[in-house]
Amino acid sequence: MSHAFRLSFTVNGEPAEVLVDSSKTLLEVLREDLNLTGTKHGCELGECGACAILVNGEPVLSCLALAVEATDSHVTTIEGIGQGGQLHPLQDAFADLGGAQCGYCTPGIILTAKALLDRTPDASADQIKEALSGNLCRCTGYLQIIESVQKAAEEMRLRPDLQVRGTET
Amino acid sequence: MMRLPAFTYRAPRTVGDAVLWLAESPTDTMLVAGGTDLLPNMKRRQQTPKTVIGLKGIAELTGIRASGHLSIGAGTTLTALVNSADVRSRCLGLWQSAAQIATPHLRNMGTLGGNLCLDTRCTYYDQTEEWREAIGYCMKKDGTTCWVATSSKRCLAVSSTDTAPMLLALGATVTLVSAKGTREVAVADLYNNDGMQYLTRRADELLTSIDIPDQTGWASTYWKLRRRGSFDFPVGAAAIALKRDAGGRVELARVVLGAVASQPMPSPKAEAILVGQVLSDDVIAAAAEAAYDVAKPMDNTDFELVWRKKMVRTLVTNALRELRGDDMRAVRMSLAKQVL
Amino acid sequence: MGVIGRPRRRTDGRAKVTGQTKFADDIMLPRTVHCRLLRSPHPHAKIISIDTSRAAAHPGVLLVLTGKEFPIPYGVLPVSHDEHALCNDKVRHVGDPVAAVIARTETIAGDAIKLIDVVYEPLKTIATPEESLATAEPRIHEYGDDGNIHKAVAMQFGDVDAAIAGADHVFDDIFFFEGNTHLPLEQHATVALKDPEGKLLVYSSTQTPHYLHRALAKTLSIPAAHIRVIATPNGGGFGGKSDPFNHEIVVAKAALMLDRPVKIALNREEVFYCHRGRHPVQMRFRAGVNNDGTFTGLDLQTLLDGGAYGSYGVASTFYTGALQTVTYEIPTYRFRGCRVFTNKPACGPKRGHGTPQARFGQEVQIDKIAEKLNLDPADMRLKIVAPPNSLTANFMKIGTIGLAECVRKVVERSDWKNKHRKLPYGHGVGIACSSYLSGAGLPINWNDLPHSGVQLKLDRSGGVTAFCGATEIGQGSDDVLVACVAEVLGLETYDIRAVTGDTDLTPVDLGSYSSRVTLMMGNAAIQAAERARELLAEGVSAKLNIPKDRLVFADKRVFDSQDPNNGCTFQEAIVFAEAKFGTLGTTGSYTPPRPPAKYKGGGVGPTPTYSYTAAIVEVEVDPETGWLTVPKVWIGHDIGRALNPTLVRGQVEGSVYMGLGEALMEESAFRRLPARLSNALVHKFPSILEYKSPTSLDMPEIFTDLIEHPDPAGPFGAKEVGQGPLLPIMPAICNAVYDAVSVRVDEIPCTPEKILKALQDKAAGKPARHGPKSFPDIKWPETLHVTPPWEGGDGRASNEPERKKRTAEAGIEVKAGITIARDNA
Repeated sequence: MSHAFRLSFTVNGEPAEVLVDSSKTLLEVLREDLNLTGTKHGCELGECGACAILVNGEPVLSCLALAVEATDSHVTTIEGIGQGGQLHPLQDAFADLGGAQCGYCTPGIILTAKALLDRTPDASADQIKEALSGNLCRCTGYLQIIESVQKAAEEMRLRPDLQVRGTET
Repeated sequence: MMRLPAFTYRAPRTVGDAVLWLAESPTDTMLVAGGTDLLPNMKRRQQTPKTVIGLKGIAELTGIRASGHLSIGAGTTLTALVNSADVRSRCLGLWQSAAQIATPHLRNMGTLGGNLCLDTRCTYYDQTEEWREAIGYCMKKDGTTCWVATSSKRCLAVSSTDTAPMLLALGATVTLVSAKGTREVAVADLYNNDGMQYLTRRADELLTSIDIPDQTGWASTYWKLRRRGSFDFPVGAAAIALKRDAGGRVELARVVLGAVASQPMPSPKAEAILVGQVLSDDVIAAAAEAAYDVAKPMDNTDFELVWRKKMVRTLVTNALRELRGDDMRAVRMSLAKQVL
Repeated sequence: MGVIGRPRRRTDGRAKVTGQTKFADDIMLPRTVHCRLLRSPHPHAKIISIDTSRAAAHPGVLLVLTGKEFPIPYGVLPVSHDEHALCNDKVRHVGDPVAAVIARTETIAGDAIKLIDVVYEPLKTIATPEESLATAEPRIHEYGDDGNIHKAVAMQFGDVDAAIAGADHVFDDIFFFEGNTHLPLEQHATVALKDPEGKLLVYSSTQTPHYLHRALAKTLSIPAAHIRVIATPNGGGFGGKSDPFNHEIVVAKAALMLDRPVKIALNREEVFYCHRGRHPVQMRFRAGVNNDGTFTGLDLQTLLDGGAYGSYGVASTFYTGALQTVTYEIPTYRFRGCRVFTNKPACGPKRGHGTPQARFGQEVQIDKIAEKLNLDPADMRLKIVAPPNSLTANFMKIGTIGLAECVRKVVERSDWKNKHRKLPYGHGVGIACSSYLSGAGLPINWNDLPHSGVQLKLDRSGGVTAFCGATEIGQGSDDVLVACVAEVLGLETYDIRAVTGDTDLTPVDLGSYSSRVTLMMGNAAIQAAERARELLAEGVSAKLNIPKDRLVFADKRVFDSQDPNNGCTFQEAIVFAEAKFGTLGTTGSYTPPRPPAKYKGGGVGPTPTYSYTAAIVEVEVDPETGWLTVPKVWIGHDIGRALNPTLVRGQVEGSVYMGLGEALMEESAFRRLPARLSNALVHKFPSILEYKSPTSLDMPEIFTDLIEHPDPAGPFGAKEVGQGPLLPIMPAICNAVYDAVSVRVDEIPCTPEKILKALQDKAAGKPARHGPKSFPDIKWPETLHVTPPWEGGDGRASNEPERKKRTAEAGIEVKAGITIARDNA
């Protein structure tokens, strides 16, 4: 009943082509076909946010995205946000300020925060909380996550070169 | 990992193709727009369509057109709806209802049409196949008993859409297209109070657009009850739209409750109480009491049903006070945990 | 201090923010096949027959396993080896695994388990502790103290009845704490394979590779030395990955049979079936209190709903009574605890393990006492704080105690004195305190071996590698390891590589539970590093002619304290020492001091040092609806010393978060269908959507203060922080609700429904309280009588039962003994 189709899209700025089954989600394709295991999963039902990635710059849940519908899109995963051999400021801030404890919700949160800061470089604490309200974290209590995003935002404002890449639409 | 069952995927580019393909085998074909409702259900094997028609590629299903009235493509994402200045300025209640749906990610994916067609929910039904086997299944899927009330002849799953009660209160209509033709249906007539046959939409029909009449003179608001500031479906809601004269006297009123029945539940009695009155405390209390009477929450969602029913009174009161002009921001923040 | 006490990037931070951390399910090996488990749809049933032929014939299926392949039982405690990897005679809860299919894909395996035909004979469903106490037959297990009682214990320290009777006031309060679960974001996963030598290699999301190692050796009957367990970093644990699990044993067996990598990745519902979460506990506190707020005695009874298996339950039972006296001065004490089996997933150790429930009861009762005696609840606590360097009535040894300072700190920062009983109706503040272990003083498996070992390899390249069996579960244990070594050797943490949680490569550490890793691994690491420093110092001293005692290790150099320019690089120091001694390597190990409690049960509760916490919570309650919000939390934690303040704060805030979840919304609720129609007993909502976990929008402001007075028992003075700060949150919230609207919710979670019911009862002239109304009658065993230290007791019971006889009757291993104190060398 299912059929395989050739999915061609852009992943982290590079073209990718995979033969996948129509019932596969983007989560499965990223992890199992492209070996991009930085994208995590905590429920596969859209209830936790761990699998969040950016599709055309917007945060979506890869567990509820049909791979077939990603054709021609630009997908960004946690593996693809560093640049020039450097970590993204969000990654630095999360590592430095306790934004990542177990690290399992971290990729989804960093990508979601990136989409926010790309759009709203001076996001307030309330805006950060609201933007991250679809990413559950069981470790931190969110406060150090929010501080990490604020710190990264500051860093990014000082380094406008970092804002160029990312919204690969 | 929870995975989807096998299905054939088809991606029409036009509404015409979509309804033609749908007509081929409407009972085992399902439409998917954002996927945030259907795909979890398919992973839990609540729905196992042979064919899934993806609507994302149909450009004509998206967009918000504002003239006197507001016409919204069914495929418009909830985020696009929330970001629309037209929506926010013309029907605040719709903006409030959309802004409180699920999470930012799910709003990026989910569509207004999808939210209107959202499957009814129930803690006996929204479970994996293995879990449902452990209770001997239920009336809505593979079983015969409604475990919510074992004597019930009908399924008591709950209407859990945030936008439907609000659109009903706004007097909106939807367009349903099939291979046989097109019809306009008032949102009020889109639903049945039956957890299984909750939509009057036929299986061969595609909901293409939502039309909201000119809201000049109207004011609307949406109050939602849920446990957390995010993620949760409503377990009670008040969607109210009022048209008032210069003196604040209510000329027309629509009071609709969400998540307390298998369909959005209007309270004509509350509406009748409001019409012709200014929003005094007494009038508000009487309207809230009338709304309370029609709410029939069952033990199949978060929170206890008795308390949920009581909360209907509070939600309606808060909504009417807000429309009256009371400063409800602190109360709103306490309940919704976000600025609305 | 160069490293210790400085806020730093954690050593594994980069891996986590780049997605490079390999969690168990991220391990993708060629030729991997996939396992799915068929789970019981019945809460309690005999397995009459299993026919796997259709599944075995399904295309893509490689192997089908059933309980007959797993005849040997296991369990984390030696006294509770009551689990089989696949059920072999009966099922005990919905979700109990009965068969496994290993297939080419996970989907095929999932399809094939539906082709297994199992005939069950349903047995009576036992849903609640009350039903359990009333139902001697059928027994859920054929062992335990009696009928469906798993464990019942009774112990008394001094003449508590006389002391309570002689008090100015007697308080008798009943509480209930509902069960809840860990909900780690990462779902359990395991990959097993034969390594190139043909030995078993298991990667698993486990907090306790050592216990998994033991369980695999036992159940598969292969020498432990031929099994390698690698604990992958856990995507959250919180106690939920501390037991050896059935799925781990199943895929290990399958990998050996197939000689292919076998993976299992549980879905969220299955994680709920693994559970081992917070026990639902009913409690009765009878306290004798004098007018000045001092206790004369406390008589505590607890009843734990254990679920279907033993897990850590015997320890959990003792833990409900172990720490009351460690927080406050209680001169006489009786504790009786009972754990029963029910047909639900097994409860076990969740963050705080057995202590949060009774902590809740005690802290709310103290709030009631303070009100009755017209005392400020903070002042009353200050008055009764347990004294430092003392022995409690139940022979727990307290060392340093910073609780008073914690209380004063939160009182000051929250402006408590101007808020408590002074805020407008609907607004309130509440206070509560807690204590917790920095690691259990006795091991689960009774032996004289170290609890933690660290090895250091020093390489002539200048590299230092630290090996330890501890498991990184997010708490930062890898960072503690490298920080302790770096500090001693004068290096940066980046200079040291951590290799952890690998039973082939790393010395045993008992695991990441019980808040034991910082203290025990930290001390072992310091010892290993000091031994390395000694070797290096000798090498440098000989080479550069500097007296050893003048050498300083700092800034990646070794130099003369009197002439800092005279010295060498750290790498040169290694070269000098290696030339002198040969290949360099050192070890360190840690064994906790011998606890003074010698009575049966006294083995649960001792620790090298207790942490202490005080918290004040501010709430807003809508009296019309009971709607409850928490805008602010102030928390002070006696950490001894913060090794990495960033991580310590993260643990405190994370604990507050989890405490808020437990206090306000989290609940392991079950559904019993109408008994006339169905036997069903199911988890009400085994999903991450309906099991409510607070979001970023549900969090209050948190003001954290770390109280730092280095404790001599801890590495650089550090105490635990992962669990203690959770404990005061739940009672502080209920106390604050009382301050806000003058009703008591003597139950957790404290939901708006319950608050509103109490408000309505109050309005109707009934007691302004929601909570349990009675404590069940339990047939307690003979009470152990232990004379308190100040009455000349020696830590033994005057009527100590004969251990051998009782354990033999119960059919358990004689050497078993979480509960048995014994001399540790």
